[in-house]
Amino acid sequence: MAGIIGKKIGMTNIFDENRKHIACTLIYAEPNVITQIKTDKVRGNGKTDGYNAVQLAFDEKKEKQTTQPLAGHFEKAGTTPKRKLVEFVFDNMEAMKPGDTVGVEIFEEGDFVDVVGISKGKGFQGVVKRHGFHGVGGRTHGQHNRERAPGSMGPGSTPSRIYPGKRLAGRMGGDRTKVQNLRVLKIIPEKNLLVVSGSIPGHKGAYVIVEK
Amino acid sequence: MEDLIKLIEAPFLRKDTPSFRAGDTVNVYVKIIEGNKERIQQFRGVCIQRKGAGATETFTVRKISGGIGVERIFPLHSPSVEKIEVLKRGRVRRARLFYLRDKIGKDARIREDESGRA
Repeated sequence: MAGIIGKKIGMTNIFDENRKHIACTLIYAEPNVITQIKTDKVRGNGKTDGYNAVQLAFDEKKEKQTTQPLAGHFEKAGTTPKRKLVEFVFDNMEAMKPGDTVGVEIFEEGDFVDVVGISKGKGFQGVVKRHGFHGVGGRTHGQHNRERAPGSMGPGSTPSRIYPGKRLAGRMGGDRTKVQNLRVLKIIPEKNLLVVSGSIPGHKGAYVIVEK
Repeated sequence: MEDLIKLIEAPFLRKDTPSFRAGDTVNVYVKIIEGNKERIQQFRGVCIQRKGAGATETFTVRKISGGIGVERIFPLHSPSVEKIEVLKRGRVRRARLFYLRDKIGKDARIREDESGRA
């Protein structure tokens, strides 16, 4: 399997065999249910999905919170309604069928994984925080109240406009973010728990996608 | 959810740490690796804060070394900390003693706590 859906629980630290302190994040992932398999082959009814992928579902929800179209979708897969559905592009899926589960055991301790999530919203931020500008750089030499200013916006009378894409202050965070190459430190399948090194995007309780 | 964090932390928590708090004078025995040899170094000073909870808890020790203030932050549960010895209980009125940074000599003393607190 290419990955699973989980939930960020929070961070803590552990110490490795060299007594080194490692910050780590806990990800909770109940076995994900396969709800649909998409294939680029032409099926019996003469239709094709055009690509190979596996759709996984995670996190129980109540029947009455489920819309009828989705309820039918889950029923077809023979499972209870779930909150989060994610598709994983995946080629080798002969052995898979809807209703099967995929859990944290697809990873191994020592693996490197990528984690995708929605980063925490930071609100309206200036260019120093948002784009890593250095600000004007000093308080002296006649400067005042410009320390975190963006500086020049570009050329003047020609072209008499700001180029599109100019990095400015604005809303920051709340974007889909991927953190790559996090080491899997620990897996506890009976608790559906995955521990990865470092930090991952999102708040506690946020959905994250762990990719192999 | 919270208990999952405790579950991961549990094997790393040490039970042999003495009870101490900001204001106490402590002696920390730190394991240090030099080349391929390991030895123990002592760091003695006043604990000026304890911070965090669970496996992430740390404490800061401040001492005056050669006339210069030195602070070192130790993770309370670090395996590198061989032993923590409490030398003196101090009577202080706050949890973070950052005001000690601005005091020198006699002003930086802390009254001893004689209440017999453990």
